[in-house]
Amino acid sequence: MLIEDKIVRDFVKNEISFVTTVPCKQLAGVIEKIEDSKDIYHIPSNKEDEGMGLCAGAYLGGKRPAIIMQNTAIGVTINTLVTLTQFYRMPLPMLISYRGELGEPVACQVEMAVHTKALLNQLNIPTYHFHKEGDVEELDKILQYTFMCNKPVAILTDATFWKGY
Amino acid sequence: MIRSEILKELKPLLSDQLVVCNIGLPSQELHMIDDQPTNFYMLGTMGLASSIGLGLALSQKEKVIAIDGDGSVLTNLGTLPTIANNVADNFILLIIDNGSYGSTGDQPTYAGKKTSLTDVAKACGCENVVECRAENTLDVMKKALEGNQMTIIVCKCESGNVKVPVITMDPVVIRDRFMKEVISKNT
Repeated sequence: MLIEDKIVRDFVKNEISFVTTVPCKQLAGVIEKIEDSKDIYHIPSNKEDEGMGLCAGAYLGGKRPAIIMQNTAIGVTINTLVTLTQFYRMPLPMLISYRGELGEPVACQVEMAVHTKALLNQLNIPTYHFHKEGDVEELDKILQYTFMCNKPVAILTDATFWKGY
Repeated sequence: MIRSEILKELKPLLSDQLVVCNIGLPSQELHMIDDQPTNFYMLGTMGLASSIGLGLALSQKEKVIAIDGDGSVLTNLGTLPTIANNVADNFILLIIDNGSYGSTGDQPTYAGKKTSLTDVAKACGCENVVECRAENTLDVMKKALEGNQMTIIVCKCESGNVKVPVITMDPVVIRDRFMKEVISKNT
C-alpha cells in the first residue's frame, strides 16, 4: 500500500471528514488522494491560519478536521494555534511536510527547519517525526490521541520518509 | 448608525441563529446586547470569523451568520475566494464596514478609502453580494435568512464605539455551550 493511501485510510478510520490543505511538493501525492476521497470534504485554503479557522468551524459543526501544510506554516499560525485551537481546546491533527531536512535541495527551507521543533516544543504541541517508512504505522494511534486530548498535534514528515522530495 | 446600533436592531433576528462573532468590540457588544449560547464569541485571532463561519456552515445543516468587520476581512482577504469556491447556502457573512479598526482606536482602514469590499467579494467569485446602508441592514438580513442562498452583506455604517465590558466567560464554556446548541438544532 502506498504511504499516501495509508494516510488517507487512517484519516477515514478516525472519522476525519474535513481536510484543508496548503500545497507542498512533498505532500502533492497525499493532497491528491484527499481530493479523490469520497469520505472527505477537501477545502484548499489560501493561508494556513485561514485553514485553521475553517477547521475550528468544522469542529464546532461536529466534524473531525485536519490540516495538511508545510513546516513554514508554523511561523504563520502561532497566534491562531494559541488563541483559537488551544485556547478553546480543539483537536487538530496537523500533517506537516518537514522541509529543510536531509535531502533538501532548497537552502532557504533549512532556515525554518532549524526552528520547527523548537517552536512546536515552546507551544507545548505534541510532536511526532516520521523519518522511516514504517513510522506511518503510528498515525492511527496519533490521530486517536489527538481527538482524545483535544489538542493540536504535529506530525512532521521529512524527505527521507517520502523517499526524496 | 454605528455598529452597536445595528446589532441592537438585528437582535430579534440573531437571537436564535448560530452566530460566529468577530474579535473585540463586536463580540463584546453582542454579548452585552443579547448573550446567547448560540453565539460563538471570538476572544482572539483577528480575521478568522468568516473562516470559522464557513467551516461551520459546511459541516452541518443549520444557518450560520458570521459577523465580521472590514478591518478583519482585510486581515484575512484570502477568505473571500475560499468562500466563493466552497458555496454553503446556509451561510451569511455580514461585514459591518465602518471604514475603521474600531477595537484599536478607530484607525482608518483601506475599505473606508479606495477599496470596495463589495467589489472585492464579487471579483473573488462570490455570487450574491449585497451592499447596504446601515439603516437597511435589518431588511437585508431578513431576506438573506428567508432565502436559501449564500449571502455576503456589506453594511456601510459610521465608525464609533460604545463602552462595553470585556467578555470574561471561559473560552471552553463558550465553545461547549455553542456545540450543544449546534447538536440540538441539528437533531
